[in-house]
Parts: sequence; C-alpha cells; structure tokens
Amino acid sequence: MKKNDQTPHLDRRGFMKKTAAAGVVASSPMFFMKGAYAAKDFRNDPKDSKTVTLGFNVPQSGAYADEGADELRAYKLAVKHLNGEGDGGMMKTMKPSMLKGNGILGKKVVFSTGDTQTKSDAARASAKRMIEKDGALMISGGSSSGVAIAVQGLCQEMGTIFMAGLTHSNDTTGKDRRRYGFRHFFNTEMSGASLGPVLEKEFGKERSAYHLTADYTWGWSQEGSIKKYTEALGWETKAAVKTPLGAGDFSQYITPVLNSGADVLVLNHYGKDMVNSLTQAVQFGLRDKNINGKDFQIVVPLFSRLMAQGAGENIKGIFGSTNWNWALKDEGSQAFVKSFGAEYGNPPSQAAHTCYVQTLLYANACEMAGTFYPPEVIKALEGFKFDGMGNGATEYRAEDHQCFKDVLVVRGNQNPNSQFDLLEVVQEVPRAQVEYDSKEFGGELGPYEV
Amino acid sequence: MDAILIQILNGLDKGAAYALIALGLTLAFGTLGIVNFAHGALFMLGAFCAVVFQKILTISVKVKDESVTLFDAYKEQPYLEIWLGDFGAAIVDWAVPLSIIFAIPVMILIGIAMERGLIKHFYKRTHAEQILVTFGLAIVIQEIIKHFFGANPIPTPAPDIVSGSAAVGAFFGLSDNLVYPWWRLIYIVFAGVVIFAVFAFLKFTTFGMVVRAGMADRETVGLLGINIQKRFTIVFAIAALVAGLAGVMYSPILPPDYYMGMEFLVLSFVVVVVGGMGSLGGAVLAGFLLGILQSFASMNEVKSIIPGIDQIIIYLVAIVVLLVRPRGLLGREGVFED
Repeated sequence: MKKNDQTPHLDRRGFMKKTAAAGVVASSPMFFMKGAYAAKDFRNDPKDSKTVTLGFNVPQSGAYADEGADELRAYKLAVKHLNGEGDGGMMKTMKPSMLKGNGILGKKVVFSTGDTQTKSDAARASAKRMIEKDGALMISGGSSSGVAIAVQGLCQEMGTIFMAGLTHSNDTTGKDRRRYGFRHFFNTEMSGASLGPVLEKEFGKERSAYHLTADYTWGWSQEGSIKKYTEALGWETKAAVKTPLGAGDFSQYITPVLNSGADVLVLNHYGKDMVNSLTQAVQFGLRDKNINGKDFQIVVPLFSRLMAQGAGENIKGIFGSTNWNWALKDEGSQAFVKSFGAEYGNPPSQAAHTCYVQTLLYANACEMAGTFYPPEVIKALEGFKFDGMGNGATEYRAEDHQCFKDVLVVRGNQNPNSQFDLLEVVQEVPRAQVEYDSKEFGGELGPYEV
Repeated sequence: MDAILIQILNGLDKGAAYALIALGLTLAFGTLGIVNFAHGALFMLGAFCAVVFQKILTISVKVKDESVTLFDAYKEQPYLEIWLGDFGAAIVDWAVPLSIIFAIPVMILIGIAMERGLIKHFYKRTHAEQILVTFGLAIVIQEIIKHFFGANPIPTPAPDIVSGSAAVGAFFGLSDNLVYPWWRLIYIVFAGVVIFAVFAFLKFTTFGMVVRAGMADRETVGLLGINIQKRFTIVFAIAALVAGLAGVMYSPILPPDYYMGMEFLVLSFVVVVVGGMGSLGGAVLAGFLLGILQSFASMNEVKSIIPGIDQIIIYLVAIVVLLVRPRGLLGREGVFED
C-alpha cells in the first residue's frame, strides 16, 4: 500500500500549525475584509488621498434659510472636531465611539457646500454637483422634507450615503425610505404621540381645531399625525386648509378662522412661514378671543428656538414639540452648547444639533466599518445604539433608518431668564411613548449595492 | 356678515399694496414707454429703507449677557436708549413710520440714478430688450441686498400702540368678533393718501398736465416744443418713490427679504394688464378689485366648490378680462399696440 493512499494522518505538529493558521485568519477578519473593500470600486473612493470630502447641502435662501445658516455652522464645527481642532464637543461624550480626532480613517475632513434654496430640484442639482464635481463621499443637510426625500432618492441612485438634516415628515423614513438615507431627527408621528397627552391635559377633550398646513409632504404628514392624535382625544377638526410654502402674507387664510367656530388653531408651518403666520394670527386678535366659552389657543406642533426668536412675544405660552433644546442638562448637550456658543456666540438650534450629530455618526460608522465603502458603512449604522448625544439612549432602527429617542414637548417661555431662553421644556417624553411599528408607513429600503 | 366684511377689509389691504405697486409701474410705462421689470425691486428697496433706518436707530453697544453661563454671550443695547432713556426707546419703537422721512429722498435718488444711468438708454429699444435689461437689474439689486442683509427676513415691527387689532365690528355697532389689525387699516388709508396725492399732482399741476399730455400723445407734445424727455427723470423718480413708500409701509406686514419684490412683480403686471396698460385709474381699480377677489376666493365656502381657486383667481380674472376687453378695464386705444 502506497503511503499517499493512506487515510490522511494529522500529527500533533501539523494540527498545531493548521490551528494557528486558521486562528490568524479567523481572528483578523478586518485585515482581510479591508483588503476586500479596497478591491471594491465605489464612487468618490478617497483611496490614497489625504482628505475625505463631505457635502453639506443646506437652504441658504427661502423659507427655511435661518435653519440652513445654523446647520452650516454646526457642520463646520463638526468638521473642526473630527479633525482634532477645538474642544471636541460631543465627541467626548458620545458612547460608544471610535472617533479619535484625526479625521475619518486617518484622512482629514474637508467639505463643500450647496444651497438647496428650499426647492427639491435646486437641492438635487447642488447635491449632484457636490457628488460629481467636488467628490463628496456623503451628503448631509436640508431643512425640508420635500428636499430630503428628493436628495435621498438621488443619493440612493448614486450610491452616496445621505445623512438627513432637519426633515420631519413621516415619509422620509416611511414610504420614501431608502437604504442610503438615515434620519436622526424625529417625525410628525412622534410629535403627535408626544403632544397629544399634553394637549389633553392643558386644553381638555372638547376642542375644535382649525389647521393651516404648508402644502407639501411635511405639512400633509404633520396635519395627518396631529389630527390622528387630537381626534383620538375627542377633538373635532373644523377645517384643514393648505397654504403655499413661502406664502408670506397669510391674512387671507387667517381671516376665515375668525368666524369658523374653531377654538384652536394648529399651525403646520415651519421657519419663516411659521413666524409670519403666527405673528399675523396674533395681529388678527386670535389669542384674545373666547370661543364656546374657551380661550382660543394656538398650537405649533414643530417648534424651534430660531422660530421663537423670529416670532418674539407672540410665541409665549404656545405649545409644540422639538427634537432637542439647548437648555437640556445632560452632559452631551452641555458639551455641544458650550462648544457651539464659544464659536458663534449663540446656542445651537435643533437643526444645528441634528446636523452635528449626523456628521459624527457617519464618521463613527466609517471607523466602525474600517472603510468608506458605503454598503459596509450602512451596515454599521443600521441598528447602531448610542448615548451621550443629547437625547438619551438612541437607536438607529435598522428596518427604516429612523432614530428612536426621547422627544421634548415645549412651550413658549413666559418668563425667559436670558435672550435665548425662549422655549420651556414641559415634558421629556420617553422613547417608548413615541415608538411605532416600522411597517406602519410602508416603504422599502432598497438594495445595499447600487 | 362678519365673514364678508372681514374678507372685504382683507381684500382692501392686499389691493392697496397691488394698487400702489401697479400705479408706479403704469406711471413709468405710460409716460416713458418702459416696461420696468425692476419695479418690484424698488418696492423691496423701499422696505429695506425701513430696515436700514431701524438699524441706524438701533446702533448698539454690546453688553455681556450674565444670564448665559455656558459661553460668552452679548446683548445689544441701542445707544439711543442709553442716551435718551424712554424717549429713545419710543423713537426706536416708531422706526417704521419715521423711516418714511428717510425713504423719500433715498427712493427719489435711486429713481433718478436708475433712469439716468440705465433706463434712458433703452427708451428706443424694443420692449423685449427693456424687459431683459430691467429684469437683469432687478436680479443685481436683489443680490446686492442679499449680500449686505442676508437671505433671511428681517423683522420690522409696527409701533406697539398699533401692533394689535382694532375692534372694527364694535365701532360700527356690529359683532364684537369683527376685529382687524391696526397696521393693515393704516396701510389702506396710507395707500389712499398716496394714490390721491399722485392723481392730484398729475391733475392740478402744470408739470402733471404736461406728463398727462405726454402719456396721451408723446409725439404731439414733442411737436409743440415741449421736451418731454426732461420730465421723464422726475416721473421715473415719482414712480420709484410710490413703490418705495408702498414697501416701507408694508414692512411690518411682511418682514422684508431680498426676494419680496419678485413675489409682487408678477402680480403687479397682471394688475396693470387687467387695469389697462398705461391707465393710472385702471391700475388702482384693478389692484383693489383683484385683492378683494383673491380674498373672497380664500373663503372655505368658495374653496369647497372650486378647490385651489385662491391660487389662480387673479390669473383667471386676467384671462376673462383680456378676452372680453382686450385693452383691460380702463385701457386706452393705441397703448402697446404699435
């Protein structure tokens, strides 16, 4: 019998050698995987470049320009911190974190900017320009759901990750969700779920509401969510009137409210529109009215400090919800406010907060994945649980790419302590109260590889 | 009844703005034959006169805000308030009405500069070329304003005493529910005064008589030895002033931003066309008429019959008027018809 015909024999030395080799392979997956990613060709791969470009697409004009300006400030601060400059802000409080302050994967972060003009077509054009001409590896920003959905669709087609800025429509992570799109900001469903019980407590169950709604995806979404939760309380919806985005003069929409018999006006407006519609509603004497024996009330479901600043005295006592407020006392919020305030002399808005967090989350996901290759970065973000970013324990739900965290119900501050102390936090609504099934709003994420 | 009265008031206040802008536009067109697409920019510049004047009055010293502890924040305290106390604060409060004094010379100068510097070179050019150059000018003006003041609207509130609403219903012995913002009522009255002043100027002064003659038949006026061209600069300056004053007084209703002129420009042209090209009375009439129609079209009862009618009513009326009366409501024969 020939020796090589024999049943393979494994001696102790051979076994040790093979086990050691297998161990090296098994215990060093990142080494081999990194090699595998490097072999994959993807759009705007920085390869040997010493820098990596991020694209910040914010409204620098239009109804949401205030938010856009603050978003851009936050992005610049985030880039500074990622590159190891400044005091580090939330990089020091984020847990878990692989960020080291040496850029992303050792490459210095640079950025390009675009103006969405609060218009979907302009936003898509500027995002496309940043991806194709500036080599942006990730796009972030926007202050309108219409813009976010349009840009998110483009990013899916181009295989570029989109970290949404301020977008509040359910559709962004509902029926229009995309594999390449991620939203840290809350949505109208969460606003309704958090505001409902507070409105019941403050105004009772027998109310008649009149909605003025910005006529695009966010307005429709918010009107739907607020109607759902207020009608569940027993409120009647008298009318829901659509108004064009950026209408400016809302008087023609406010005058019919005066004789409608409604005793609550719900303003589904944001930014400059909300400042104008609220100011004009107050000028028309709505807050001084008494209808059906009840004091007339105004509700602004999505509130921000920037809007409160624009609306001045008119905002006092008005209820709404917000994603984050600079007055929060947790370690992450304080670190961010301190850093942002030192840089710009103002506290950050909720739009600035979400954009800053999104930039850090993307950078951290690249570090976790060990690559810029988008499908692996996406996998790192999906289901990622983190804390120390201002909203308590937070999770990026894998099924719809929506962040789940605590939501704030706020009221225009009657007795502010400072020029920035415009919103008073009435309640920090726990995440469990605003959670919903990922299938509730339909939608498909689509493929990892495009 | 209340609902109808309030919609009429709302229509009047919208119409007042349309009428004032259209009046200046028609004045320039009727006399100079210029289709001025930069007229909306003049309205916007007027509103920014209020902004600039407010900024001048509120030049401030920065004072550390001790209530903010996480970072160094500063409050602004106007020198006027430091120097003059309550009187200084009252001057700041009345910034918008006071800015009319500032806006009058500024708008006249802008009008003269615009006419002498650019418009006069285009009197004999085609209307298409006039539209292109004035539209370009409007964009340049917008971008200059955006550069210096940013893209965001700048709040320019009305004085405290007129920032609330007037009990119009109680005043006329009607329902207590009928209230209307004081400033909007003031705007209606202001527009009436300006329109009256322009008409009186054209009707009762020799200068006005020549201008009216020029509007009716420029060639004959020229043959009579009157150099109508010399008066054009002043007419253009008056048109700029009317648009500017409309803008100043509109600033508490709509916080000014660089784009506000464009939003009114298209509507104003529709108003001019509906009123009749070159007809001052037509522009005023059409301004108020379209304002009131737009206001009524926004009533829920109307929208339940024709959804979205409030967005298109002005254009629908324009189509109907042009089909029935191609020269507009009070249009003259021969204007824009050569």
